[in-house]
Amino acid sequence: MNKILAKQQLSKEVFRMEIEAPEIAEARNPGQFIILQMGGDFGERIPLTIANADLEKGSITLIFQAVGETTHRLALLEPGDAIDNLLGPLGKPTDIKKYGKVVCVGGGIGVAPLFPIVEGMKKAGNEVTVIMGARTKDLLIMEEEMRATADDVIVVTDDGSYGRKALVTVPLKELCEEDKPDCVVIIGPPVMMKFAALTTKPYGIHTIVSLNTIMIDGTGMCGGCRVTIGGETKFVCVDGPEFDGHLVDWDNMLLRLGTYKSEEAEAHHRCHIGLHIKEGEA
Amino acid sequence: MHITKETLDAQAKELLEQLKDKTLSPRDRAQIPLQEMPTQAPEIRVGNMEEVALGYTDNQVRLEAMRCLQCKNQPCIAGCPVSIDIPAFIAEAAKGDYGKSVEIIKKSSLLPSICGRVCPQEAQCQKFCTVGKMNKDVEQSVSIGRIERYVADYAREHDLEKVPPIKPESGRKVAVVGSGPASISAAADLRREGHTVVMFEALHKAGGVLVYGIPEFRLPKKIVEHELQNLKDMGVEIRPNYLVGKTRKITDLMERDGFDSVFVGSGAGLPRFLGIEGENYVGVFSANEYLTRSNLMKAYAVGKAQTPLYQSEKVAVFGGGNVAMDAARTAKRLGAEEVVVVYRRTEVEMPARREEVNHAKEEGIKFLFLHTPLKITANEKGRVNGVELITCELGEPDASGRRRPVEISGTEKVYDFDTAIIAIGNDSNPLIKATTDGIEVNRRGNFIVNEETCKTTLKGVYAGGDIVLGAATVILAMGQGRKAAKAMNAYLKDLA
Ligand SMILES: Cc1cc2nc3c(=O)[nH]c(=O)nc-3n(C[C@H](O)[C@H](O)[C@H](O)COP(=O)(O)OP(=O)(O)OC[C@H]3O[C@@H](n4cnc5c(N)ncnc54)[C@H](O)[C@@H]3O)c2cc1C
Ligand SMILES: Cc1cc2nc3c(=O)[nH]c(=O)nc-3n(C[C@H](O)[C@H](O)[C@H](O)COP(=O)(O)OP(=O)(O)OC[C@H]3O[C@@H](n4cnc5c(N)ncnc54)[C@H](O)[C@@H]3O)c2cc1C
Ligand code: SF4
Ligand code: FES
Repeated sequence: MNKILAKQQLSKEVFRMEIEAPEIAEARNPGQFIILQMGGDFGERIPLTIANADLEKGSITLIFQAVGETTHRLALLEPGDAIDNLLGPLGKPTDIKKYGKVVCVGGGIGVAPLFPIVEGMKKAGNEVTVIMGARTKDLLIMEEEMRATADDVIVVTDDGSYGRKALVTVPLKELCEEDKPDCVVIIGPPVMMKFAALTTKPYGIHTIVSLNTIMIDGTGMCGGCRVTIGGETKFVCVDGPEFDGHLVDWDNMLLRLGTYKSEEAEAHHRCHIGLHIKEGEA
Repeated sequence: MHITKETLDAQAKELLEQLKDKTLSPRDRAQIPLQEMPTQAPEIRVGNMEEVALGYTDNQVRLEAMRCLQCKNQPCIAGCPVSIDIPAFIAEAAKGDYGKSVEIIKKSSLLPSICGRVCPQEAQCQKFCTVGKMNKDVEQSVSIGRIERYVADYAREHDLEKVPPIKPESGRKVAVVGSGPASISAAADLRREGHTVVMFEALHKAGGVLVYGIPEFRLPKKIVEHELQNLKDMGVEIRPNYLVGKTRKITDLMERDGFDSVFVGSGAGLPRFLGIEGENYVGVFSANEYLTRSNLMKAYAVGKAQTPLYQSEKVAVFGGGNVAMDAARTAKRLGAEEVVVVYRRTEVEMPARREEVNHAKEEGIKFLFLHTPLKITANEKGRVNGVELITCELGEPDASGRRRPVEISGTEKVYDFDTAIIAIGNDSNPLIKATTDGIEVNRRGNFIVNEETCKTTLKGVYAGGDIVLGAATVILAMGQGRKAAKAMNAYLKDLA
């Protein structure tokens, strides 16, 4: 049982939670994630990135978007409540070192897991530019933190309601042309990561992406999280979650993410009824 | 034809009456008909997850126990990996003293309810049984496992089990990694000596393969829970959600958290894939994933469970072991219309237990022997729509002594399937090795240990079960857990 210490709503669908987990807080490094499970025998196990850790309080911070049944249930918990099962830190840490110029690209909720990497890259002595994008202004998160940490922050929205009206790939390409980075880190929706990785490819820039496949155990036991990297099968939970973005078979990964589309749509519908969240709002 | 439990019991009762006061010669005993295990009718059980084998009745167990000749040379004991005093426990069962019978078993095996259900007896004790030899058929041997199961269930259900005495606190602390049968038995034997024992399990539920792999219809989870409760009652602390190597390294447990010794029972949890084209399409699963979704995550409870299931109509299962049988029978229960087990050798070489194969056949599982997959095909959405198989013939024996399957070129053919489950085995989990300096492993990634003590190459660290043996059996894992605990108890005593 891990107690929730604080909770904050960052945007309509996005929540930040601070959770008591002293051992995980101590062991974790940027890029790693946890798996949580709640609701007795029938709850699902879901992975979430550790967005931050506080050693003094012995806590970790999770930032998540309510997209389906489990994330909705999580969003309903309040400080003082507890999460039944929390396992971590999982996966390999980000390869943080001095590259020189680093561009960190975050899309939607991906901005949250990007933050500790931005911090780490900065600490390692890199010059860090952040490109962060969202569908619309209301969904933009953590701009302040990013501005306080990175050397430069470029904000884009799909609808132009804030910052530049563009996809993240547009400023990314400009940077590749004008001021070629030594390393690019991309975290966001799979389609965005695919196109951002394609953007850096012609320039031969070392590109790291963080893959968010479906998982169960997170320990390398089931192979459900497997992806094809440079023609080889890898398990995201133990070999990743970060991989060379130019080697990922994106199309296969996108298909695999859709494995349970129809089954989950049904469950999502059920949970809207159960949790009294209006259809259309998350 | 399926015979009901009531009928089987009535037949046993009648025969028992007839034999009651007679003196029986060994020949008479060997001719008592083998007591069949009552089961749920196949057409019913494919629609539920409940246990298939219902267990003997009192009349049946007594009659089956009467088939034992109490051989002087005790060939069955030699066939038992943990040398249970088989004739002695059967003699008590024949008398109806089930509590005493279990006590005899428990001297050698800590988990009789589980082993009675899942041990491959036909390849162990029953393989050597004199009654089988007299009848020239192993399947006619005394049903040692079924008797074991009966007496163990009886003791559990009637609260006849005694919490073993625990020595005064020794002041020593031991970590047990994993919670499968190797770890359960090691933890029990370590705790008895008065050590503080903490069991670390990565998953949110303890029990190892007994919980996430072997299905409910073969091993009810409440039995595993009962064994874990016994451990807790003895004072063992169970910590789920703790991945040793990630949450804390073994060396940290010893140097910072004050553990004097560590037992590693982390199992063989790394699924093997075939390495063929199309293996990552949507609808291809490792048996581990398929079974974990259903068993651990309870995805079979559609509507209740949040973990989704893949909807299948035609399922191909590759492999021929217990894991393949479990996956195939689970797929059937989850609603697949047709399930085909594809195995590259013939039925004779199949490593699965006889009983499981027979149960699978009764449930309508089909078998395609002497075939192996070359490629998996998919539709435009990347979802499996077929499997290309090639026919094999048996060639020269390989290292395992079984004849090697040889592909016959020109026999390739594509079959319609929408789901493929890969059940060709598991390798040992590499995580602990990768995060602990000083532990040596062999070519296959199994920990190298001293055969007598199960000690690894790292001081104070012992290991047993599948992490040492490769994917093996419950009874062997249990045996090693006990062997290691014995050596650890001696090591801890000498620490002083
Ligand atoms: C290593 C890793 C780190 C992650 N970190 C974060 C994080 O920090 N914050 C966060 O909000 N999310 C993160 N995710 C994604 C998160 O795990 C999923 O959103 C979550 O599992 C959805 O669960 P659910 O029951 O609420 O939704 P479900 O009902 O399971 O799914 C709802 C919808 O989301 C889609 N979906 C399901 N699983 C995923 C997935 N893994 N990735 C993307 N879409 C998915 C489904 O197809 C469906 O359309 C991470 C995923 C991985 C693998
Ligand atoms: C589907 C299936 C059916 C089977 N059927 C039979 C059968 O009928 N009869 C039979 O005798 N045998 C059968 N077996 C084999 C038998 O289950 C295994 O040999 C036995 O369970 C091995 O026991 P173990 O204690 O070594 O490990 P496991 O039971 O594998 O348990 C290991 C545990 O350790 C945990 N773990 C791993 N790494 C870590 C870590 N770093 N930190 C914390 N925890 C960790 C795992 O999560 C797991 O819970 C079957 C196996 C499978 C998969
Ligand atoms: S070999 Fe068979 S008949 Fe002989 S003692 Fe063992 S179980 Fe009984
Ligand atoms: S989540 Fe099961 S192996 Fe990665």
